[in-house]
Amino acid sequence: MSNWDRFLETFFNAKVMAKYLPDILHGMLVTIELAALVIVAGLVAGLALALLRSLGFRPVNLLIVFVVDLFRALPPLVIIVFIYFGLPAVQLSPSGFVSTWLSLTLVLMAFSEEIYWAGITSIAKGQWEAARSTGLSYGQTLINVVLPQALRLTIPPLTNRTIAITKGTALGTVVAVSEILGMASSAVSNSYNPSPLTMAAIAYLILFFPMVVFGRWLETRMAWKR
Amino acid sequence: MPIVEARGIHKHFGALHVLKGVDLVLAERELVFVIGPSGSGKSTLLRCLNRLEEPSSGSVVVDGVDLLDPRTDINHARQRIGMVFQSFNLYPHMTALGNVTLALRKVAGKSRGEADALGHAALARVGLADRAGHTPGQLSGGQQQRVAIARAIALEPRVMLFDEPTSALDPELVGSVLGVMRDLRESGMAMIVVSHEMGFARNAADRVIFMDEGAIVEEGTPAAIFEAPTQYRTRAFIGQIQRH
Repeated sequence: MSNWDRFLETFFNAKVMAKYLPDILHGMLVTIELAALVIVAGLVAGLALALLRSLGFRPVNLLIVFVVDLFRALPPLVIIVFIYFGLPAVQLSPSGFVSTWLSLTLVLMAFSEEIYWAGITSIAKGQWEAARSTGLSYGQTLINVVLPQALRLTIPPLTNRTIAITKGTALGTVVAVSEILGMASSAVSNSYNPSPLTMAAIAYLILFFPMVVFGRWLETRMAWKR
Repeated sequence: MPIVEARGIHKHFGALHVLKGVDLVLAERELVFVIGPSGSGKSTLLRCLNRLEEPSSGSVVVDGVDLLDPRTDINHARQRIGMVFQSFNLYPHMTALGNVTLALRKVAGKSRGEADALGHAALARVGLADRAGHTPGQLSGGQQQRVAIARAIALEPRVMLFDEPTSALDPELVGSVLGVMRDLRESGMAMIVVSHEMGFARNAADRVIFMDEGAIVEEGTPAAIFEAPTQYRTRAFIGQIQRH
């Protein structure tokens, strides 16, 4: 057997791949589900925090900044392990799926809050003054004048950050979530062959490569076109 | 009854005493010009008149409404006080019509149809009927400032405040904005204008106020202030801007 054949046999073993393809596909579904829930909850929670912060209640804002910095500083894996293995001590036993979802949601919330906040504060003071001078309330100005401009500015950085955090769904494998990497790892142990990992890598590329390209496209399209 | 009656206005920014007891009364149909060196407090005074700045003390009554009374609905009162800014401050994500109709819909409670009709009428008044669908980025500076004026007059204010409306414009665009202001004046709108457009002040203003260091130094007819100022500081200032 030549080296090349041995390489193919190890990483592209057709028999192993065919056998575990359904598992990997199932893993893809779980990953998509987990990612979608993280994106929706994280981006909504981040926006809610940014809006709350814009009201300018000092104690509330100090708390928001603390929470945001906390989840930006902690490695996502640490948060996942803490929730999954730590919370049962207080009679809460979230599943691996929920632990991973909650952790990544908190991290995306924290990062996206900072991005939304940067967008809101980058809108010129004159926009606020013009709107308020015509009688619009604080909330009406925020919703109708400031947010539409701020969100447009935030789309590129938000997209990139969302992709980076969503990839973290692979961390769920540590707490037995049957997502792509988890399915591939157990397939490797069962088949004594790493080909399922090749399939996992391909599956991740299929899911995330279009998102990365989309993010790049958005960045060039949205940048400074105001 | 005066349209604007501001009494004893003081404004502090931290240790800075920007307004030192200013009185300003504006009659109906009157156009008052406020001039003075930069940092003299004229913009701050203007912004106190619609409470974009909160005066530290004093009273501001506009169209019979006490603006500093905590029971006053400031958002309601501000519809009666149009303001035009040096840097236009149009909403860049909306068309000219969108800029003009936002407050009509959200504050005055008009339906979209009513607001659009009023918005088109306001744009026609400033000579921009054909630019309703343009965004600010597609308009010249003079056109943007006229849209900003339309945004304010669409709400049918009782008084218009102009904060250096032509200072950010190229010289050839100033005329179109002054033309709109002249039309507005002829329609009887009460106006307070902070500006250095002396030619306009001379033939449109009823009264000129000269401010320096947070106080009114001298006021009078344009002829009196420009030709025969009695105060040394007024003379020095008028001399300076006429030389340049």
